[in-house]
Amino acid sequence: MIAVIGSGIVGSLIAREINKYIEDVYIFEAKNRIGAGVTKANSAILHGGYDDEPGSIRANFCYKGNKLYDEISEELSVEVKRIGSHVVALNEDDLKVIDELEEKAIKNGVKEYQILDKTELLEMEPNLNKDALESFYCPIAGVTEPWEVAMQAARSVEINGGKVLTNKRLVEVKKKANKFELLFEDGSSFIADLVINAAGLYADEVAKLFGDEVPYIFPRKGEYYLLGKDVVYVNSVIFPTPSKITKGCLVIPTVDGGFLAGPTAVDVKSKQDLSTTQEGLLEVKEKSLRLVPTLDFSRNVVKTFAGLRPETREKDFHIDVGEGNVIHVSGIRSPGLTAAPAIAKYVAEYLIQEKLHINLQKRENYVSHIEKVPHLVEEDYSYWEKVIQKDPDAGEMICYCNKVTKKEVKQAVRNGARTLDDVKFATRASFGECQGSFCTSKILKIISEETELAPEEVLQNEKDSWIINSEVRII
Amino acid sequence: MKYEADVVVLGGGGGGMAAAKAADKNGANVILIEREEENGGVLNQCIHNGFGIHYYRKDLTGPEFKETLQEELENTNVKILNSAFVLDVNKDKQLTFVNHKGIHEIKTKALVMTTGARERHFNSLAVPGDRVAGIFTAGVAQKYINLQNLKPANSALIVGSGDIGLIMARRLHLEGIEVKGVVEILPYPGGLERNVQQCLRDYNIPLYLSHTVTRVEGNKRLGKVYVSQVDENRQIIPNTEKIFNVDSLVTSVGLIPLTDPIKFVETGPGFITSNTNQTSEDWIFAAGNCTVVFDLVDYVSREGEKAGKYAALYAQNQYFPEQKVKVIKGKNINVLHPLYIDPNERTKLYLRVSKTFKRAEVTVEPLGIKMVEEEARPSEMIEISMKPFKDKNLKEIEVSARELG
Repeated sequence: MIAVIGSGIVGSLIAREINKYIEDVYIFEAKNRIGAGVTKANSAILHGGYDDEPGSIRANFCYKGNKLYDEISEELSVEVKRIGSHVVALNEDDLKVIDELEEKAIKNGVKEYQILDKTELLEMEPNLNKDALESFYCPIAGVTEPWEVAMQAARSVEINGGKVLTNKRLVEVKKKANKFELLFEDGSSFIADLVINAAGLYADEVAKLFGDEVPYIFPRKGEYYLLGKDVVYVNSVIFPTPSKITKGCLVIPTVDGGFLAGPTAVDVKSKQDLSTTQEGLLEVKEKSLRLVPTLDFSRNVVKTFAGLRPETREKDFHIDVGEGNVIHVSGIRSPGLTAAPAIAKYVAEYLIQEKLHINLQKRENYVSHIEKVPHLVEEDYSYWEKVIQKDPDAGEMICYCNKVTKKEVKQAVRNGARTLDDVKFATRASFGECQGSFCTSKILKIISEETELAPEEVLQNEKDSWIINSEVRII
Repeated sequence: MKYEADVVVLGGGGGGMAAAKAADKNGANVILIEREEENGGVLNQCIHNGFGIHYYRKDLTGPEFKETLQEELENTNVKILNSAFVLDVNKDKQLTFVNHKGIHEIKTKALVMTTGARERHFNSLAVPGDRVAGIFTAGVAQKYINLQNLKPANSALIVGSGDIGLIMARRLHLEGIEVKGVVEILPYPGGLERNVQQCLRDYNIPLYLSHTVTRVEGNKRLGKVYVSQVDENRQIIPNTEKIFNVDSLVTSVGLIPLTDPIKFVETGPGFITSNTNQTSEDWIFAAGNCTVVFDLVDYVSREGEKAGKYAALYAQNQYFPEQKVKVIKGKNINVLHPLYIDPNERTKLYLRVSKTFKRAEVTVEPLGIKMVEEEARPSEMIEISMKPFKDKNLKEIEVSARELG
């Protein structure tokens, strides 16, 4: 059996890649949902690969990963929008940075870019700061929904005979001959022939369980604003010129028509600190307004949130074998999302086969294409109509903002959703402008009706995130 | 299925039910569409009294108000479609909706939008802190408690002193939830004076005026809410911080008119209409909280009735306004409805002043209308009744308020 620790975008895609050769793949996720860590809260950008330090591991994987997203999109039925990106120069100093970017792009082998002058830039992005002088435009950059990619990759593993287990926090590893016994917090244990550590923020700690040292990971927090869909602020991803530390605070169209502003980059102590701060939010506001002055932070805000990225002092990925049949995929900071498909191939094709000398044969019965659970409102009315004839729940709207029916919510519950956030990430219900004001009470009821859970046991997401205390009175 | 109607009413709350009733009474063939299983909208969960004093001259609870309207509707030929969600309205006067039987179309001559409003969510206020469970809009908390018999809290702080916030402070208190206070950023309460008395003072629930929430904290569920005092510019005054240990925050921080799925009509942010509730698209009428947010359901139903009547007349080719006079927001006016007047018809102007007045004089010029309002506050709507005026040359009128010396 091959074990993948972590179901983020990296773990899920690696598991999928290995699953193309071997049926017996297990994904072990510590949280109660797929892709609920770093993958859940980030900029969701597919970078062009032009700006990573030439020669770095990041640079090696970013451009390749970007290219692989066409295949990912096709095979996993996930949305990838190649809306392009602009790095915008607002002053003379920025112009020098754009020149440097071009040099890096050439060194990184990225050909898909153009330097646009002010007129061309403002024609494409009329809401930009009018001080903009030029931009480094990369048409292959885009956006996707990282958690959806992870969920669909995990699903494809299940469909192809693998297993995806949640609430499995790895606490101990025992070496047994050339195998590993993996012991989990819930008391269960599994024997694995090969282990891939893709534990995100915790990859360094997991490596220690195997007796290996990988670069120390510290959480770097990024805070974001999410703005609503009623105004189109920009058409592509807008970057300021990058600093040594970060790519800066961006303005990003989301896959479903909203806009992100952010992130900040602040190192924090706790790997669980997802709080937003006054300073952070203010910084996002000020910096993003400098790029796009029309952003309406007084009326158009849907919510704010923070994500953590696994940063290392080396500022680079660490992807290598450890002691025994274990591979550590660690420090996958930006551009990890973009690089993930290329990392997955590298692990399956090079590290496992060439470095560990494990001979793998492609499975003949492997199903590469999987469908997405259809979002009925996006389907043809004739198709939707047929679904309703079979199941009237398909005609009952639960989420008014994102138009999710009762059938879709029930389906998510049947597929394993047990919390409000599970349903939210599986269906987008309660993800819209009203933030669940109209539908959360209905979703809570459906989860409770469809499972053994009492309303008091339905959680928002993790342990202790209760919604209902008790009945108001016993009837 | 394909339907035909003279008038379609979209939204079966207090406004839509009255609109459907009035359109029917005026001879139109009417379809009322409501997305929930039952009509009534938020009235169903407002089990307190105070509804109907103007519209029915009776003090009713929300469900009673709705039942009364529902009974009146049942004596009409209005076709009511419940659990029906409108997906699209196009310029060819065609609606597409979905229900448990399939996807259907309606061809209509006129449309009345009575889609109401939604609650502004706390998440949109960008208050820093942890992402925790236990933050509810007042409407959601009310629905859990009054309709689902579920208690979402042990202790609560209320943010926003709008009517829903005040009502919920009392409701939570009566169900044994410890309500530690109501926080309001403005220097005056957002809701009606009668609710401040009956919901807070009567139960000794403190009201913190000129205060705001600065941070929320908790381990997965809310544990602490940080509150500070603000100055007249809403800036936080240092060293005024209070910490409330509560597991719930119930928010009543404003309502936002809902105009979906129509994108081709003038809005600001609700539908902009005339005194006959006509929008920029002459076959579409709108009434109630999807235009501006009203203080009372009574006003909403009254407006709905009017919209239903004119939509019915329009559908039967009996109403064609020749002229529309613009109504301008003058000094010290925050909310104003309607923004156009058909001078051949009577008008009920609704307005909110933009600050508090001891004694305000509200004027409509050049019509020479003047009225004096004691203790005018933004939270209480002022109504002005206007007769038709025949001045053909009048292009616009202006409404303003000033303090009387």
